[in-house]
Amino acid sequence: MTYANLQRWNLAGGLVTVLTVLVAVIWAFPLYWGVITSLKPEDEVVRPVLEFWPEHFTFENYISAITRTQIGRWYINSLIVAGSVTLITVFTCLLCGYAISQLKFPGRRILWGLILASFMVPTQTLIINYFELMASFGLLNTLPGIILPQLINPVIIIVYKQFFDSVPKDFREAAVMDNASEWRIFYKVFMPMNWGVTAALSIVCFIWTWNAFLWPFLAVSHAEMMTVPVGITQVNDSFGISYAHRLAAAVLAGLPVAVTYLIFQRRVTQAITLSAGIKG
Amino acid sequence: MIRNLAKENLIALVFVAPFVALFGLLFIYPTIAMFITSFTDAPLIGAGKWVGIANYVRLASDAKFGLALWNTGYFVLLSVIPGTFVALLVAVGVSRLSGWTQAIVLALFFLPYILPVSVVYRLWDWVLNFQFGLAMHVLDALWIPRVPVFKTITWFMPAVAVVTIWWTAGFSFLLFLAGLRAIPPEIYEAAALDNSNGWTTFRKITWPLLWPVTALVLTIQLILQLKIFDQVYLFSVGGRPNDTMVMVQYIYVKALVNNQGGQAAAIAVSLFVIVIAISVFQFLLLRLAGGDDSK
Repeated sequence: MTYANLQRWNLAGGLVTVLTVLVAVIWAFPLYWGVITSLKPEDEVVRPVLEFWPEHFTFENYISAITRTQIGRWYINSLIVAGSVTLITVFTCLLCGYAISQLKFPGRRILWGLILASFMVPTQTLIINYFELMASFGLLNTLPGIILPQLINPVIIIVYKQFFDSVPKDFREAAVMDNASEWRIFYKVFMPMNWGVTAALSIVCFIWTWNAFLWPFLAVSHAEMMTVPVGITQVNDSFGISYAHRLAAAVLAGLPVAVTYLIFQRRVTQAITLSAGIKG
Repeated sequence: MIRNLAKENLIALVFVAPFVALFGLLFIYPTIAMFITSFTDAPLIGAGKWVGIANYVRLASDAKFGLALWNTGYFVLLSVIPGTFVALLVAVGVSRLSGWTQAIVLALFFLPYILPVSVVYRLWDWVLNFQFGLAMHVLDALWIPRVPVFKTITWFMPAVAVVTIWWTAGFSFLLFLAGLRAIPPEIYEAAALDNSNGWTTFRKITWPLLWPVTALVLTIQLILQLKIFDQVYLFSVGGRPNDTMVMVQYIYVKALVNNQGGQAAAIAVSLFVIVIAISVFQFLLLRLAGGDDSK
């Protein structure tokens, strides 16, 4: 490569880099714009000119979002729903994925086949029968009614099964040689090595469930039983349209997951790539 | 040995029982029930009379069903390939960065994916607001007349597709980034020695080596977007929901608004069959193309 070539190459590369950073800033701008609007007093929000920085900062919109809606209640509901779904889904998938990968039992292949097939099924088409099932249990407008249909997430069991498949056979054989019981093998040999995967899957399961809209929206019609994402769009406040107020509520709804992501970035990335079948 | 076998089965049963119980109750049963309901005239809750294929016959001449099918297909067309393309471009750009610049830029692109759909809806409803929206100021600057985006049929789907791409591209982007990182740097070094320029390198090396990831992203996106509901529903409130109806939304309207469980189930079965057919088709396609058999 001649010197001139190299220079041209560097220039093109530099241009791509600058462009990437520029696009990233534009990409994230609606986020900034939403947050900054929520910090303006309402009269500044509806000015006909663009102002990228508030003249007066105010938390008024947040205070009214908290005091005039039931967002506090929705937060508790969302925490209970996302927490229970994560705990139950990850725990049941961990056990079952382990058994399918490491234990021999009749019906193993059929069960695995069904799980793989269920991966393709659009759960959105099951809403009518979820509704009927939850109604027959008397669980509509209750938190268990929101939780139950969200407990099936084939991705998680598939990731676990593939993780346990990738563990070398020697681990198990050595433990069997030592006369360790099945429980001991699971608890002492396999559990310690999967904390990373379990943490990653739990974090994204929590985020996915916190964000879920369709089923929580259908299962609940009483305002006090709603989750945060449903509540902020379904309940209109007493004093008409206030853009800043609505955006403040939206920021509050997005904050827990955004913070979770920023803290656990690498785990989230790992779980996303694993869930698509790519080794992270 | 026989006792051991029985014991082993018992242990396995304890391990699989919790999952299998939930799977049976919340997946297998509702799936079978959906098919059965679609052959009855059941209301949303409660049993109905067997009506054979009447619900399906009705669908064939139902203009609203045709429209929902069309709108869903149109949305898929607007979102899947453009979304994949955007994610690929961004991933190529980000993969050139390093250190904390890369970490920050990656987070900026990925952050929207992590947000609930209703937050995305609130943000874009504000950005595209007819009176005060940021986007309207951009239109003004370009001398383009303002449009009430979500109340105009021609603009509705394209706008929802743009918002959807903004929201979900982060997922595809991460997969592309992982794919790009898996390409060994020696190949690029060899290409540089051969005086290959940036574009040729991309066309001859990056693109073909990245194709399996591209195929995966396209498939995931296609299946995901066929099931579109949330954004379309939220943005259509206050607009013209009957004209912008998509498949899942039609299931919702038939079941929960019109209380016609049987007819709603027939729509659900149609969507179910479409999604499964596409999944099976792409699986066979990948197999034929000699994709990895390792799993």
